Amino acid sequence: MKLNLFSKKIGIEEKIDGFLNKVSEAGLIFQSAMEDYFNGNDEVFAEKREALHRTENEGDTLRRDIERHLYTKTLIPESRGDVLELIENMDALLDYYKAAIWRFDIEKPEICREFHSDFRELVACGVKAVEETVCSCRAFFKNIDDASNHMHKVTYWEKQADVVSTRLQRAIFSRQDLRLSHRQQIRNFARFMEKISDEAEDVIDRLSIYIIKRAL
Amino acid sequence: MFMFFLSSGLFQGWSLGANNMSNIFGTAVGSRMISFRKAALICSLAVILGAVISGAGVTDTLVKLGAVNALAGAFTVAFASAVTIFLMTKAGIPVSTSQSIIGAIVGWNLFSGFLTDPASLTKIITTWLICPVLSALFSMAAYLLIVRIIRHYQIHMFKLDSLVRYGLILVGAFGAYSMGANNISTVMGVFIPVVPFPPISFFGFFTLTAAQQLFLLGGIAIAVGVFTYSKRVILTVGKGIMDLSPVAAFVAVLSHSLVLFLFASKSLEQLLLSHGLPAIPLVPVSSSQAIVGAVIGIGLLKGGRSIQWKTVGSIFIGWIATPLLAGIICFVSLFMMQNLFQQKAYEPVTYVLSSRALQRIDSMGVPTESLGDLVGKEFESARAFRSALAARISPSKELEALFLDVCLYHKMEISKIKITAMNRYKVTEEQRQALEKMAGRIFAHTWALDNLLAESTPAWKVSENNAAHNKQLAAALLYIHDYFKADRRLPETNQ
Repeated sequence: MKLNLFSKKIGIEEKIDGFLNKVSEAGLIFQSAMEDYFNGNDEVFAEKREALHRTENEGDTLRRDIERHLYTKTLIPESRGDVLELIENMDALLDYYKAAIWRFDIEKPEICREFHSDFRELVACGVKAVEETVCSCRAFFKNIDDASNHMHKVTYWEKQADVVSTRLQRAIFSRQDLRLSHRQQIRNFARFMEKISDEAEDVIDRLSIYIIKRAL
Repeated sequence: MFMFFLSSGLFQGWSLGANNMSNIFGTAVGSRMISFRKAALICSLAVILGAVISGAGVTDTLVKLGAVNALAGAFTVAFASAVTIFLMTKAGIPVSTSQSIIGAIVGWNLFSGFLTDPASLTKIITTWLICPVLSALFSMAAYLLIVRIIRHYQIHMFKLDSLVRYGLILVGAFGAYSMGANNISTVMGVFIPVVPFPPISFFGFFTLTAAQQLFLLGGIAIAVGVFTYSKRVILTVGKGIMDLSPVAAFVAVLSHSLVLFLFASKSLEQLLLSHGLPAIPLVPVSSSQAIVGAVIGIGLLKGGRSIQWKTVGSIFIGWIATPLLAGIICFVSLFMMQNLFQQKAYEPVTYVLSSRALQRIDSMGVPTESLGDLVGKEFESARAFRSALAARISPSKELEALFLDVCLYHKMEISKIKITAMNRYKVTEEQRQALEKMAGRIFAHTWALDNLLAESTPAWKVSENNAAHNKQLAAALLYIHDYFKADRRLPETNQ
């Protein structure tokens, strides 16, 4: 009975770790896919889009497993609601990557070469913010005191993303030779990329509350 | 008839179980870490075991404070205590069964003319103050240690949850055992001097003494309280003094259980005594106050901001109000019991200044010339004897205690049949052999027998450096005094 009960919990620890790995992996795939998009490697981009799609599906399966486990085994009743919300918020980040890559695939925006470096930086800020969010989550489960070491970095990358996005939008609208509709489309993509780090910051804002509630 | 009179004690047990289960398993059940049924089962079993195995130590202190020596009196004392608990609970003030029963016993002492042993009362009241403080200190130390361990080993939330879950079950069981050991005296203690049950032997493997049978009944009453009403208490009491994390709840229950155990464990007392260390008094303490102390300890460690001081204040009010109210209710109820229902509320204990007693006091260098007219006179209560003494010699407190001790009339007949049927766990073989030599003799005072026994063998003598032996000796003497107590109509004494 005892060993059985313990093994159930070790199982869920692995599932949560696996799920967070998926979020982290999705960021790496997304960043690399965007690189291919800017470089015009359409075939590789399509492959990575599929890879991200698979990762997102695997993440969804793990999330459902974790939720079912938490509900059916009545684990951590005090923090169960918070953990479920956290997992769902992290899943939203995973979904966001997928939505972004599909948007690029569907709309195929024509991004002028001069904007590429800012777009790359914007993507990097978002991915780094999500990566630090993943680290904060891991710390929340294992070493709650360490969480703040990562959380402040999320805020930093979010601010960086704001700066880059503002600069990029100014540059986009300073190009009078482009059609207004074209400029608006690129601007929308810039704002979409910027929102990745905003979403990550929202997650850690809620996480900081869970940490206070979970204080020993 | 005994079972009818016992009902008030059983009711007291029921309310103890209903109220105090939440101290031990409240957080675990409230936060759904353990199901109520599982918690109630563990709690009930542990309470019964604690009561039967370790309940005796604390009860001795209670009996020393006031040995309620009539069945109707014991009923009334337990009844007054139970009514006080009911009234205080209705008023929303946290209540302690230990305090209400002690208030009621003092009420009985006042009514019956018995003197309250000031040493026992002081010991009990001091312990009430020490109990929450000690619990707070324990919880602070345990909390710091456990938090350091968790941080050092970086235990995963789910593993920690699992460990806390098992920890809460373990400390809960320990807490329930300690509660049974410590608080059974508040439920059944007053019935000990009047219990009529013969010992029950289970195929010679073990014997349940009369007191243990009483404790078993009390334990069952507590268990019934746990099963029938404690869930409601857990759900309605709410968060209490402050919100607790599961780890903090574990620490609070652990500290509470340790404190209750310290004040109930006879073996721990023996261990300390055998190492020449001062023993911890075996006193009934309040489970609620121990848990309150533990929670405040953790709250103070966290800066004290989250503590609901209003709740703490009402607990202090309870400390004063409970014994006072119980004492008053008991006094009034005893009056009604005796005059309205014509029941004997107490068995009078008489004092006689016999010539032997006078000789003994004289040999201690106390001037007794002015007491000549008191020799041979019988006094119906300690208070009457004290007044008679005061009119003649106005004795100091110490001298008064000496007179009361020496002149207490307690007739004992040492019969051969009774020696053979004695409880061999209470009296050693050597002590029994010494008693056999006294067969057929009659004693009027306990000290007369004690002195003669001490002269006959070192086994009955107080040792200068063996505290454990002295402890056994005291218990054995108490036992034989009661065991050989004779009917007062026996022929005149020869000692």
